[in-house]
Amino acid sequence: MNVTTKYDRPNSYIGSSVPRPNAARLLQGRGRYVDDKILPRMLHAAFLRSPHAHARITRIDTEAARALPGVVAVYDGAEIARHVTPWQGVLTHLAGMRSPDQPALAIDVARWQGEPVVMVVAQSRAIAEDALALIEVEYDPLPAVTDMEAALTEDAPRIHPEIDSNLCWQRDIDAGDVEAAFDDPANTVVERRFTFGRHTGVTLEPRVCIGDYDPSEDRLTMHYSGQAPHMMQSVLSRHLGVPEARVRVIAEDVGGSFGIKIHTYGDEIATMAAAKLLKRPVKFAADRLESFMTDIHARDHRVTARAAIDAEGRLQAVEIDDITGIGPYSVYPRSSGIEGNQVINLIGAPYELPAYRARLRVAFQNKVPMCQYRAVGHPIAMAVMEGIMDDLAAASGRDPVELRRINLRADDSYPSASPQGMKFADLSHQACLDKLLDMMDYERLKADQDRLRAQGVYRGIGFVNMVEVTNPSPMFYGVGGAPIAAQDGATARLDASGAVHVANSITEQGQGSESILAQITADVMGVDLADVHVTTGDTATVPYGGGTWASRGAGIGGEAMLRAATALKDQVLEVAAAILQGRPEALDIRAGNIVDRDSGQIRMGLADLGRTVYYRGNELPDGVAPELIATRHFKVSDYPFVFTNGIMASHVEVDAETGIVTLLDHWVVEDVGTILNEKLVDEQIRGGVVQGIGGALYEECVYSEDGQLQNATMADYLVPMAGEMPDIRIAHVSTPTRTSELGAKGAGEAGTAGAPGAVMNAVNDALRPLGARLSQMPMTPERVLKSLRQGG
Amino acid sequence: MKTNAFAYQRPDTAEEAVRLAAEGGDGARFIAGGQSLLAALNFRLDEPEALIDISRIATLRGIERRENRLLIGALTRHAEVAASPEVARDLPLIARAMREVAHPAIRNRGTFGGSLALADPAAEMPACALALDAVMHVLSPEGRRQVPAAEFFCGMYETALEPGELLTGVEIPLPEPGARHGFSELARRHGDYAMAGLAMMLGPRSGGVPSWARVAFFGLSDCPARSAAAEAAILSGARPEDCAAKACEEIEVFGDLNADEATKRHYAEVMLRRELTRLANDEERTA
Amino acid sequence: MSATLPITLTVNGESVSADVAPRVPLVDFLRETLGLTGTHLGCAHGVCGACTVRVDGAAVRGCLMLAVQADGATVETVEGVSDSGEIADLQDAFHRHNALQCGFCTAGMLMTAAELLDAGGPPPERAEIREHISGNYCRCTGYQSIVDAVEEVAQARAADKGGQA
Repeated sequence: MNVTTKYDRPNSYIGSSVPRPNAARLLQGRGRYVDDKILPRMLHAAFLRSPHAHARITRIDTEAARALPGVVAVYDGAEIARHVTPWQGVLTHLAGMRSPDQPALAIDVARWQGEPVVMVVAQSRAIAEDALALIEVEYDPLPAVTDMEAALTEDAPRIHPEIDSNLCWQRDIDAGDVEAAFDDPANTVVERRFTFGRHTGVTLEPRVCIGDYDPSEDRLTMHYSGQAPHMMQSVLSRHLGVPEARVRVIAEDVGGSFGIKIHTYGDEIATMAAAKLLKRPVKFAADRLESFMTDIHARDHRVTARAAIDAEGRLQAVEIDDITGIGPYSVYPRSSGIEGNQVINLIGAPYELPAYRARLRVAFQNKVPMCQYRAVGHPIAMAVMEGIMDDLAAASGRDPVELRRINLRADDSYPSASPQGMKFADLSHQACLDKLLDMMDYERLKADQDRLRAQGVYRGIGFVNMVEVTNPSPMFYGVGGAPIAAQDGATARLDASGAVHVANSITEQGQGSESILAQITADVMGVDLADVHVTTGDTATVPYGGGTWASRGAGIGGEAMLRAATALKDQVLEVAAAILQGRPEALDIRAGNIVDRDSGQIRMGLADLGRTVYYRGNELPDGVAPELIATRHFKVSDYPFVFTNGIMASHVEVDAETGIVTLLDHWVVEDVGTILNEKLVDEQIRGGVVQGIGGALYEECVYSEDGQLQNATMADYLVPMAGEMPDIRIAHVSTPTRTSELGAKGAGEAGTAGAPGAVMNAVNDALRPLGARLSQMPMTPERVLKSLRQGG
Repeated sequence: MKTNAFAYQRPDTAEEAVRLAAEGGDGARFIAGGQSLLAALNFRLDEPEALIDISRIATLRGIERRENRLLIGALTRHAEVAASPEVARDLPLIARAMREVAHPAIRNRGTFGGSLALADPAAEMPACALALDAVMHVLSPEGRRQVPAAEFFCGMYETALEPGELLTGVEIPLPEPGARHGFSELARRHGDYAMAGLAMMLGPRSGGVPSWARVAFFGLSDCPARSAAAEAAILSGARPEDCAAKACEEIEVFGDLNADEATKRHYAEVMLRRELTRLANDEERTA
Repeated sequence: MSATLPITLTVNGESVSADVAPRVPLVDFLRETLGLTGTHLGCAHGVCGACTVRVDGAAVRGCLMLAVQADGATVETVEGVSDSGEIADLQDAFHRHNALQCGFCTAGMLMTAAELLDAGGPPPERAEIREHISGNYCRCTGYQSIVDAVEEVAQARAADKGGQA
């Protein structure tokens, strides 16, 4: 598809699917991931972790471990706590949320299986692990609170004695006359209970960090595999007592993150503390077992949903009760409340909905902490609402597409707002639906489905309409007191050779952040893409800003880049005009040369200009500063978020005898506003869809009743692999956001947001003639079989 | 996930290997392809004192035809078995099953004998060995002995191998012309260990029924298991669905994370019915 | 601690001798001793494929082989096959199709795909490509672009061969 934007012109880069310049390194094995770094005198950390979900620690004996040759230090929770202050994962704007102080390593009580208890620092990771085997810890097991609903009962054991229950946070929404809608006998009402399993991010590169402390200057450097260097800088400063300006966080190549590596982990903070105490570099690289037992988990919801439509099929009310289990602490500094908050904020968002009531309860439990992972809350909101839409369609005898069409927000209805108070603008549900139906040939698929059913082949089609949070404003985190910037900064400068160097506070984890920054800059500056050099991820060298998360890199960091590059161009043209004795407005930059705007005639090269300014400043007229550098920052104003939208459909076949689901097709139409690089957008969506499919069909952290994780290996925790995944077809509708000049909305989470619901609806569409329905993810073969036995 | 420290020895002959194992006692382990062993060691599920690397003992590697038998050396890589024209021609059950064994890089290093000696209850090759009536060749300092597959698999990761005994090769009688094989595996993803699997050989038909039948299931129990009841039903000429109903009659089925006991029983029946039906349809088509 | 053992092997065409502890896996030896950090460690139990390297011509898991077991072997890593130009067409196709995002799986994916492309026979179908790389985990791409890239190279190489015949 050819994407045309207002920037489109010969040799433009915005909207062009150029290959990522920084991918060439990675293809030749020349990446620079944290674990690739070997610093002089570097030591290695390993952690003894609680084998119990909940236990009092009664004795720790580390004598034998300390005596092992090669062991340099052993720290328990109390020792680390002398050097690290505890943290609390609460946001003040999530009113009433509470979570007690969390120490880096457990002190006195361990509250999940996998919580770090003792840290060993040794000359190698292998020796550190040898030492772990020599540590004796005595535990007095306490009752484990694992089920999220049981956790909130009166007589449930308390996970934190200082809090009067295991409730972390509750939020209620009540807008419009919900009761009247459900009481009206003319309305069709459906109700359904959904269960969404816990899963986790399984970044291929596990969490890894190196702390490097120089006592002579009181400087701490963290080599960081993560998404938000400036946030981490602030966290380290706050809790390790090093002045913020003397903390440097460097994120070079990151082997996947997806929200996993943006949180505060006790083992990482302890590693920084050890580096400070030992005055030597210390590396901690989580192994895969540690990843499963300590990386944040995600989802874990039980949702009861009720909805009513009138005789014409128009939605009258939706009522939601969502309970989610977050482990023993709300995670710092983003909190574990955002996931559930987004569930209840986003349900029903694609539709005109007059009345809405919701209750969210966030419960503590003795499991791995749960927090924001790609598409935070969205997959739950979409799967619940779209599942209910299918139920309403079936109950009222309508085609699922017809019912959706009746209720979708109209493309000419913006700005508008939902009963939850979400402000929408620049959405395109109707255009997306039309495009999707065309792309998938819906009528033919339905005909095939009917024909095959007669032969005992059960295929299903499932839809999901999506509204997604992207480009968040300070109303997301900063307003609640978290050290998390909603703005991003960009610097652009011209060097003496005429090349352009840019630095930006957004980060790269493979999305293509650096590529789109180069594209925007080259486009604005009129230079070849190869002449733009990008720096990200280093708090010492990039402007202050939030990083890459919440689908914000292109929309916020990209806009800052656009403005910085524009300012640099203005400077260049001003200087050029002074040298050439003309007017800046009459000049332009094309293909790396200053040209006459009208005729295109080359006046001087950027290299000439650079050398003149930097080497022969004496040739510049008086009053012209030798300044070819500009920094601009950008935040979203007027809207708390730049919502965007899309639609998906999934096509599956279910083997009714084995319960095995085969994915046949998957289609996506997404509106990301201005498309900077369609190839990158599409690959973000595809990867996201497959992560969503993971949650829908495969991935689940299976716990025993006493809080033991049963499948903490990659042989037992199933991630999507190539063999089972379908080809995914993608098309676009482009409605630029009014909140920026660039017009870009986010794209990173769309796939993950919608895919689970689409697949669930498709499976249920396949099962419908068999009288079965499934409302639990992942939809394992066994669960499909059970739904067939129970008849839904 | 680093292993404990251990000693490493690399004998040149099988005899030296078993001698070293005898010296090493309880703390010694043979390592062949290492594709399961090293994973277990990385988790420190096992902490041996010494590894005896047998992977370069040339006499234990290769595929050889001996009259009406195929001898597969214990160290023959899965990939070599999969690529063998003899195996494809004479033991199509193994060729078929090999496609489901893990992934290419594992098959490049994992060994045929290693898979049998490990006796993972959900692995393909042990069940194939049962269905093919294979004979295990075993070496110890005391000498050589042979163990039929039917007596080899004793339990979860347990075989008839005594401590220090080495599986040197597997002798598989070639099925007579007209024999047919059936294979089915239900796994959640390609290459995973099975939720349930079936490896089956049926003798040439005589009087409308197979002359013999060996039906082996994997992934159901603590070790691969023949189903005598299903075999008897097949030999009696029962319909596929009636044979299938007998699938787990004498098999003790254990559930796991992916499928509980009832689901596994159901899977065994579905697989057996489908494979018998397929074979019957093939028969009809060729008739 | 057990004593170290001397090993000599050929890595990317260069003879290398070292004393290693028996417990050191090949992937750690390549990364930490030789500085060949293009090969990655993802799971250390053979499931994710990030550590896939070529030993004596076959793609194997670097985490499920000890360095001492590679004594006398010929080992090739992504650095070697990049510098030799052997898989330049595959790397170019990966680049154009954006068949990598974070890049952590890429070395293993390339080594695995290269083996399929070298297998001979007609160019593999998409399903065959998917099956062949199904032991290599990629969390970022969703695999389709990887399949696209491998398919394109398989067809281009087949066409080249056809042209030469």
